[in-house]
Amino acid sequence: MQSLTNRSKQVERKPMTLWEKMYVPAIAKGMSITFGHMFKKKPTVNYPEKQRPFSPVFRGLHVLNRDEEGRERCTACGLCALACPAEAITMEAAERLPGEENLYREEKYAAKYEINMLRCIFCGLCEEACPKDAVYLSETFAPANYNRTTFIYRKEDLLIPDPKTQPAEYAKAKGNKL
Amino acid sequence: MLLSIDWIFIIEKCILIAVIIGISLVVAMYETWAERKVAAIMQDRRGPNRAGVFGILQPMADGLKLFMKEEIIPNLSNRFLFVLGPGLAMLTAMMTSAVVPWSSHLDIKGRMVSLQVADINIGILYIFGVVSMGVYGIMIGGWASNNKFSLLAAVRGASQIISYELAMGLSFIALLMLTGTLSLRTIVEQQQDHLYNFIYQPLGFFIFLICAFAECNRTPFDLSEAENELNFGYHQEYSSMKLGFYLFAEYVNMFISSAVMATLFFGGYDIPFVNDISFGQQHGQNVLAILQGLSLFVKVGVFIFFFMWVRWTIPRFRYDQLMRLGWKILIPLALINMLATGFIILLRNNGWHL
Repeated sequence: MQSLTNRSKQVERKPMTLWEKMYVPAIAKGMSITFGHMFKKKPTVNYPEKQRPFSPVFRGLHVLNRDEEGRERCTACGLCALACPAEAITMEAAERLPGEENLYREEKYAAKYEINMLRCIFCGLCEEACPKDAVYLSETFAPANYNRTTFIYRKEDLLIPDPKTQPAEYAKAKGNKL
Repeated sequence: MLLSIDWIFIIEKCILIAVIIGISLVVAMYETWAERKVAAIMQDRRGPNRAGVFGILQPMADGLKLFMKEEIIPNLSNRFLFVLGPGLAMLTAMMTSAVVPWSSHLDIKGRMVSLQVADINIGILYIFGVVSMGVYGIMIGGWASNNKFSLLAAVRGASQIISYELAMGLSFIALLMLTGTLSLRTIVEQQQDHLYNFIYQPLGFFIFLICAFAECNRTPFDLSEAENELNFGYHQEYSSMKLGFYLFAEYVNMFISSAVMATLFFGGYDIPFVNDISFGQQHGQNVLAILQGLSLFVKVGVFIFFFMWVRWTIPRFRYDQLMRLGWKILIPLALINMLATGFIILLRNNGWHL
């Protein structure tokens, strides 16, 4: 048969030599290999005690950010929901009332903001779409749970702690991303 | 009085039996742990490390799990034989330890307490006899399960054990011609004065080692429980502690065969590079006995590690390869070894010196 390429190689099927037939040298070689593996460094990370750092581009759970004075940045413009390829984000807007200037930065804010973490594909397009730097993906991931409804994260779950009243929690939630 | 019974002797032996059985069980328990640990480090993993320091409590957790499992006896199985199988496997595994000399003897208030359950003059024949009974555990378990795979595994295992027993016996005959005794204690005592037997009988030791692997159903000879060919082999239908007994019997077998190999070929309880008798006169007999026991256990530990090392290196034999190795290679080799040894002994007896 004519070969299609010149790379094909005839398989060698010559009978084994006496040395090979004894098998013992081959077994000894194999044993030395496995013995050598005992002194190799183990790549396993002892997970709960030690955690491997995430890469700088890791995209985890969403966080709704606040500004330096602790006001919510989100204006419920809906660009994130529009950009979302998985249609995981829904929101309802509301108008800021007088006296709420310390809570919301602009005149409009999100009264309801939900992300379905089971739909979310963590692509980060919402983060890119947001004109107010309000939503970004943090360095944590969604924990396992028994109940599907717990994976719909409401605004209270997503909002970052207030930097003025809870600076430590704020710094922790913020991570090294921003 | 003719029928006067030495009660202290009986109590002493009962205590010794209990201690030896306890030690065998604990060793078998920690062999399961060591097996997983050795497998892990040879595969660059960490192995069990959650239960206690280094996972040292893992065997307890495993045992508890096995006890808690539902005990299922298949409807169409033979109930009596089904229960008898694991019991027999465990019994034969335990019985072998009776003739192994674990150490010389303790000296308790002038009374010589021998650390061997029975110093019978046919010790090694007893071991061969009991070990060949081990095949019934596999065969009965596989038969009583009423399962094609189990039966196939049992038949395979039985024929394997019977085939390798022949080579094992033949390889031992050469050693027997050298030592001239069947008593394990005498064999050890001879090695205390001379070199260890494996120097005189390297080929015999090698064949004995391979056959010991086959007798223990360890990889590369674990054809009777080939997971990926026969689901789980002869203990497929077993659950709970009956399965535990089978698994445990394998590890006890490993322990005992390591002890037998150490006794026959590596000087048993003899402490290497130390003149035991003068050491005993210097430090007292009890210290010596304990150190000798430890020495035996170190040797056994090395053998057990070797068993595991081989298991995680060599893949399983195919059935025809296994039979060819047993009948066409090991038995002729053992026969040649026997003849060569006999020839040399004959020459030496007629005044021929190296």
